Amino acid sequence: MADMTIPERIPINLVVNGERRALEVVPWTTLLDALRDRLELTGTKKGCDHGQCGACTVLIDGRRVNSCLTLAVMKDGAEITTIEGLAGDGALHPLQQAFIDHDAFQCGYCTPGQICSAAGLVAEGRARDADEIRELMSGNLCRCGAYPNIVAAIEQAMSRS
Amino acid sequence: MNAYVGTPTSRIDGRAKVTGAAKYAGEFAADGLLHGFVVEATIARGRIARLDTSEALKVKGVIDVLTHEHRPPLADKDEAWKDEVAPEKGSPFRPLYDDRIKFNGQPIALVVAEDWETARFAATRVRVEYEQEAFATDLESERGKAAEVDQPHKPRGDAAAALTHAAIRHEADYVLPSEHHNPMELYATTAVWDGNGGLTVYDKTQGVQNVQKFLCSVFGKKPDEIRVISPYVGGAFGSGLRPQHQVVLATLAALALKRSVRVVLTRQQMYGLGFRPLTIERVALGAKPDGTLDAVTHEAIAVTSRFEDFSRNDTGWAEQLYKSPNSRYSHKLVRLDVSTPSDMRAPGAATGVCALECAMDELAVALKLDPVELRLRCYSDRDQSEGLPYTSKQLRECYARGAEAFGWSRRSPAPRSMRDGKELVGWGMATGVWEALQMPVAARIVLTANGHAEVSCAASDIGTGTYTIVAQVAADALGLPIENISVRLADSSLPQAPVEGGSWMAASSAHAVLGAAEEIRRELARYAKAMPASPLAGVDVPDIILLDGAVAKAADRSRSVSIADAMRHGQVERIEKEKLNEFPEDKSHARNTHSAVFAEVKVDEELGVIRVTRVVSAVAAGRILNTKTGRSQIMGSVVWGIGMALHEETVTDHRFGRIMNANIAEYHIPVNADVRDIDVIFVDEPDDRINQLGIKGLGEIGIVGVPAAIANAVYHATGKRIRRFPITLDKLLE
Repeated sequence: MADMTIPERIPINLVVNGERRALEVVPWTTLLDALRDRLELTGTKKGCDHGQCGACTVLIDGRRVNSCLTLAVMKDGAEITTIEGLAGDGALHPLQQAFIDHDAFQCGYCTPGQICSAAGLVAEGRARDADEIRELMSGNLCRCGAYPNIVAAIEQAMSRS
Repeated sequence: MNAYVGTPTSRIDGRAKVTGAAKYAGEFAADGLLHGFVVEATIARGRIARLDTSEALKVKGVIDVLTHEHRPPLADKDEAWKDEVAPEKGSPFRPLYDDRIKFNGQPIALVVAEDWETARFAATRVRVEYEQEAFATDLESERGKAAEVDQPHKPRGDAAAALTHAAIRHEADYVLPSEHHNPMELYATTAVWDGNGGLTVYDKTQGVQNVQKFLCSVFGKKPDEIRVISPYVGGAFGSGLRPQHQVVLATLAALALKRSVRVVLTRQQMYGLGFRPLTIERVALGAKPDGTLDAVTHEAIAVTSRFEDFSRNDTGWAEQLYKSPNSRYSHKLVRLDVSTPSDMRAPGAATGVCALECAMDELAVALKLDPVELRLRCYSDRDQSEGLPYTSKQLRECYARGAEAFGWSRRSPAPRSMRDGKELVGWGMATGVWEALQMPVAARIVLTANGHAEVSCAASDIGTGTYTIVAQVAADALGLPIENISVRLADSSLPQAPVEGGSWMAASSAHAVLGAAEEIRRELARYAKAMPASPLAGVDVPDIILLDGAVAKAADRSRSVSIADAMRHGQVERIEKEKLNEFPEDKSHARNTHSAVFAEVKVDEELGVIRVTRVVSAVAAGRILNTKTGRSQIMGSVVWGIGMALHEETVTDHRFGRIMNANIAEYHIPVNADVRDIDVIFVDEPDDRINQLGIKGLGEIGIVGVPAAIANAVYHATGKRIRRFPITLDKLLE
């Protein structure tokens, strides 16, 4: 019979939203679960745990990544930005404001992932028109079907940045 | 005064949702929280012969493994398990109740551990042996066993004879597949133990009071021992109408262990709950050469479980839409070894109207008539089943406005006659119809002397915008800026509300708020009138309104008293009013919402790839409370219609009775790149009969008709009539 013990916990440091956080995790803990269950940053959402929906998108060293497909131990020392840390104190990031302005969500569950993904997309500088936004945002599912408003919100934020 | 109602007001919960502050059921913290992971059955029918949890229990960090042999007591009567949305006939499923396996994916054990990863790992160490029994999960092979259920619509005339003698006849089967709701949020519950036998249950549900009553009845608890809260719901679409497995399991574990427990289902496990049932729709239309109908028959054969008869009105919709002297409708069920189906966005109509509207398109082709013209020739101003006029029906206007916005007059009627480069272009249309329902709902308003009001109600906001419309109605009724209104929803301890579904919550909650606000107005008017040298002295209470933070004479607003002064004089710091609103029964009119949907597809002739490039949806649904969130609701519904037409299908391997694509990579829901231009038009539809504000609701109407419009566009583009949904490229290339 296989070993019944849980693997040893490994100490890691994550710089989350500018704050250094030390924690100990077992190797199979995903970055998503570390954020949600250990650091109580529940703004990052779990929609599938398989990299299929994009709800868990965060920025790691500025790049958009599915945190459910990322083991926390792999990101020791990395800088992670979640929806909670996207804007300064009390302010809204231009994308957050644009999502409100364009009603780019209904239930709100995919929204943090959409916004983080959009922030990553803007930083990539790859999307030049609505068609490209649609294509490059297709890793973030929205079951409420807010897609046209999401595209409009990203266009607004891009035009003002 | 309408400063907010009818305007494009941004969601009042928007900030919470874009900053990550909005907390969903699986996100509430509790001291010493334990995590449960569900073990599911891997056979479709039989019994558990042996369930060995010893290895799982040896895993460090595992607290317990609950099974049917090891759990606290559960109610043993069917009635105790019937929630307010349960089918009338049947015995609701009971998780971990006994050794019977009723469907593949059924929960059979709950591993509870200190953390989620440990519970998940230990769940792989639970050993199960089954005694398997013969099972059936395939509707088409069991079609002969279909049994008729009670009919909402009586036959009119002699449809069979009229069909036989009809000059033009169209008859076909349309197959609508099984679909799963797949809200983005996983089904989740956090049951927080209060230390004294009571629980606060954060649950993903469309009805906190439904779940609260259900849990009390299943676990033999008093109403004050269980409180259910669900401030934010990450999509539901019908999946949260009935209490889900995980809320029973989390509550069971919390009571067993006297600790707080969270249970979150995996995406795969969510396929073991409710779904839109696979339905075979047989529609027959008989027409005169001029396009008027002689006969309509519509028969639906749908899947249900062995243990509950789930059915919805798939077949009666022609009674609302198309005049015909003869009609017959029939709904049949085939009981299979699957979980019980459930309501899913526009249940019955999304599927039944899809079949009807594809059939109407085929009839238009046979008659060589424009599809819009055919519908106008058959237009019914009455609900024929009851012979009733409508409270309002601006469907003609929907056809006209939708066709104009779409450019329908430029359509070339012949299939394969329109192109854009190497792509075939198709234009199709369809009609949509849904019911305008309303339910008793209560609301409480607490007005404080500083001009702030808190409105509370147990209703849910599942993304539908309930928070916002409640605030809009309250702000207008109380004459306050919307920033001064706070809204509390979805707590079972708040005033009465049914589940949020069927598109009834907008009208129902709005009128509850209106009722409570009216009582506040009367009380403020009384205080204001009684003030010394009151500017409102001698003004009748009905002539007094609340406006801009003041109590004023409607006809002369200079005669006013501030709310603060009126309350000071009345010697009250706060006014609290709760009102249950019940709509008077009125059987003199039919109440429906309608739509006309126009769709453009482009089809790659060589590859068969279909893209929906434009959709125009013209909707008549009474007064639109919020044109911003309302437009979003229709737009989202159109996206659902695109999914129904082209993408979504739950596929079962009938050799094992097991769903093969239980994830959101292989169960395709539309992604951003699948969706292009969607134009939503709200047709003006004043309705002073249906209710005071003239509201009809928007949650369902937007999806109805969309899959048919797309299917009809695909036919127009390609000349191929695909009657088995979804329309995937392999079917086009066959």
